[in-house]
Amino acid sequence: MKRGLHGMVAKLKVTLWSLIVPPTVWAAHFLFSYLWAAIHCAKVGGFARFPILYTVGTVVALVLILAAGIVAHLQSRVPGDTPPHEEGTDSDRIRFLAFSTVLLAALSFVGVIFTAAPVLFLTDCR
Amino acid sequence: MSLHAQDDPALRTAQEERLRAVWKAPQGIFLRWTDCNNNRVGAWYTLTAFGFMLFAGVLALIMRTQLAVPENDLVSANSFNQLFTLHGSMMMFLFAVPMFEAVSIILLPQLLGARDLPFPRLSAFGYWSFLLGGVFVGGSIFFNAAPDGGWFMYPPLTTRTDLSGLGADIWMLGLSFIEVSSVAAAVELIVGVLKCRPPGMRLNLMPLYAWYILVVAVMILFAFPPLIAGDVLFEMERLLNWPFFDAARGGDPLLWQHLFWIFGHPEVYIVFLPSIALFAMMIPTFAQRHLLGYPWIVLAAVGTAFLSFGLWVHHMFATGLPKISLAFFSAASEAVAIPTGIQIFAFIATLWAGKVKWSTPLLYASGSLAIFVIGGLTGVMVAIAPFDWQAHDTYFIVAHLHYVLIGGTLLPLFGGLYYYWPLITGKKLSDRMGRTAFWMLFVGANLTFFPMHFSGLYGMPRRVFTYPSELGIDYLNLASTMGAYLFALGTLVVCIDLARSPWRPKAVRNPWNAGTLEWLAHPDDEDWGIRSVPLIESRYPIWDQKDFVAKVDEGRFFLPDAEEGRRETIVTTVLDARPLYVVRLGTPSWVPMLTAIALGSVFILTTYHLYWWSLAGAIATLGFILYWLWTGTAEIPEKPSKPIGHGIELPLYVSGSAAPGWWAMFITMMADATAFSGLVFGYYFFWTVHPEFPPSGPGMDGPGTFWPMVALGVAAVSWIATVAARESNRRGGVGAARGLLALGILASLAGIWAGLQGPLTTGLDPELHSYPAIVWVLVIWTTAHAGVGAIMQAYTLARIIAGRMTPTHDADLRNITVYQHFMALTAIVTYATIGLFPGVA
Repeated sequence: MKRGLHGMVAKLKVTLWSLIVPPTVWAAHFLFSYLWAAIHCAKVGGFARFPILYTVGTVVALVLILAAGIVAHLQSRVPGDTPPHEEGTDSDRIRFLAFSTVLLAALSFVGVIFTAAPVLFLTDCR
Repeated sequence: MSLHAQDDPALRTAQEERLRAVWKAPQGIFLRWTDCNNNRVGAWYTLTAFGFMLFAGVLALIMRTQLAVPENDLVSANSFNQLFTLHGSMMMFLFAVPMFEAVSIILLPQLLGARDLPFPRLSAFGYWSFLLGGVFVGGSIFFNAAPDGGWFMYPPLTTRTDLSGLGADIWMLGLSFIEVSSVAAAVELIVGVLKCRPPGMRLNLMPLYAWYILVVAVMILFAFPPLIAGDVLFEMERLLNWPFFDAARGGDPLLWQHLFWIFGHPEVYIVFLPSIALFAMMIPTFAQRHLLGYPWIVLAAVGTAFLSFGLWVHHMFATGLPKISLAFFSAASEAVAIPTGIQIFAFIATLWAGKVKWSTPLLYASGSLAIFVIGGLTGVMVAIAPFDWQAHDTYFIVAHLHYVLIGGTLLPLFGGLYYYWPLITGKKLSDRMGRTAFWMLFVGANLTFFPMHFSGLYGMPRRVFTYPSELGIDYLNLASTMGAYLFALGTLVVCIDLARSPWRPKAVRNPWNAGTLEWLAHPDDEDWGIRSVPLIESRYPIWDQKDFVAKVDEGRFFLPDAEEGRRETIVTTVLDARPLYVVRLGTPSWVPMLTAIALGSVFILTTYHLYWWSLAGAIATLGFILYWLWTGTAEIPEKPSKPIGHGIELPLYVSGSAAPGWWAMFITMMADATAFSGLVFGYYFFWTVHPEFPPSGPGMDGPGTFWPMVALGVAAVSWIATVAARESNRRGGVGAARGLLALGILASLAGIWAGLQGPLTTGLDPELHSYPAIVWVLVIWTTAHAGVGAIMQAYTLARIIAGRMTPTHDADLRNITVYQHFMALTAIVTYATIGLFPGVA
């Protein structure tokens, strides 16, 4: 019997749409970064040393990616199922999509950190 | 049909005769060109793209000959400009992208065990558009009228009609036309991969090639439309003098660069991933084992696709954007090395873990990986902005991009040619010639492009028709030229090998002992695609499933017959490939070709400013499309369902999200919405570059709030009427549905009028400044869409009246509802932007 968090996420079945949640969050964060910088630099002429809006946006993106990754990770684990997980069964299909989502979440997480890092080092609009 | 029945050879022969008759290709000198079967259209497409590649290659050879020695005068500066512009444009638009589409049109149905892709006539239309547009653009050089502004066509050089001639229009309109065929192919391939897989081929069993194609086709949907939006603005400036890129009148050339590179960088991955996908098919075959890290490869494909949309500004590092913006794009450019590296390691690991057979295709694969990795590494270098400032617009970049494209696209395609030639012709190519050609290509590519790194760093700028001897780069350029000739000789050897193929004996079936479905193809190929649609239980069914080939051949799987004399294939669910329904496919017809010619005439005649003729072409296009839809789509079947074998009975008609047509509409509208967002980006881009926005003054105060809000309200009425028509039709209220559709038509037409009132009544003058121009473009885009919406509503109303649409057969109404959803979204964004944003700003 499934309980708690694991039981809850098992109901959220992974699909092709949920597969692209982490990279979509990366893309949204990237677009946000670009617009934030472009608008600040064009309209304000600069940005704060520790920009609150940008930090909040980045943390939200990281949390969303992390959450998607954790949900997918829990779904990718089916107790008692043995490898290699390449059969034409429901559980292997879910496991495949879930594991791919975990991998994409990892890449997207790193991607967001890559994108946000320059804000730590650059302080003006030159 | 039970399993038992197929034991009867007489039945099997009768089935085969019926299938053969149904799939018989049209004969005769003229009629054969009406064919739309994927094996023929794919072959034409491939040959045409190959021909354009050779043509563009010859252009490169002329350039290299000119650059062999300093101060050379073989060609003039003007001719040289045309040569490099056409070389780049043709290689990208007429070779790399169409080639992937062509190969996919041939391979995908085979890989998916489908008789054909879901919209064969759309493939044929795409091909004819491509051929026409390609000949138009490529042929221009013979009239000294080829585009000469570089393959990226930067304004203001190219938008000022006093600085650039007809070539710019030929580029813009000719290639816009080809972009239409690319989007058409993307629709076809996405729906093919998602909906036409054989029963049992769940997402985790799908061949990796199909994964890559799905990803790339989705990328096309988001990458090409911004360029289409850019093309619209560009031609508006050239033909109508609307100043989108003219800084003197509030425009900004950088807007074009943004729109171009939002397309241009994903484009690199659009041409790279399908070639890598060929490796994903070849490497397991030659390692004789399953590919390692299947989910990792999917991660790499999807991850690369996303990241590739965050790279475009790295082509604009030298434009003076704020460093913080550059840093974001630099970071994303570095990040893309992660998924790219992962897939290369997965391939190496698979080879390492298997028993490798060093065949000719594998030689190409490994050689091209080596070249690609060098290009990738210089890519990591130029992704760092300070290094890029040094190398920008020098031959270092020429070296980098050619390493990437030759290693990532051209050589893999040659490898794929050697691998898949037996599949297409039933004959193997010569191993000896293939290997000879490989070494010539490999050495030639390195000899051409490696010295360019140095000539670039020594200061040789790109796109110069000659250079002074004092620069000290004579020997480097001579080496490059010699390499180019060696490379060309290698290509010639490949061509000779291909030309000798008809005289060679047939190869055995599945000559490489591969495990994937496409190798079911028989050397004496039939036009029906696959004898029976198999049940898939493994990623490598030929290796893993018992008696698989025999069962397929004996028609023991699904749909082994064509009892009703119709071309059919099975549509399945997206995730688990459960059979949903049997789709009846388009048959050979003149309509796709005629539609392509009519649409082509619109673009080509506009180039020469023959607007009335162009309008006639547009009306003809609309007529052909309506005829095509009316006679060839959403046909009510003669019976509700049919058996496909093994006791399974499938419906012959579905509507809504189960149907390929619904998906095609949805996907097309995603592309349309992306193009629209490119225009909206333009509006807000102008807001960021202008201190005062919107500018004030005569001809610039508008469009006010009142009319945009009225137009929005009317658009909402059209949307609600269509949705209500769908619902009342579903419940059997045909009369109400007719009334609601009529209301929808009126609302759409009123939407056109109300939309235009805003800029008209306030006297916005689009030639004055970029602000009124962009408002006008948004309004024209939205009202044009309302017009198309009205045509769709009228078409559906006519279908109901003609009895071609009923409460249970409502595909047309469901499809136009999808259009109306997007239309409503377009109206909200346009009218909120132009009507409300000036108040906020």
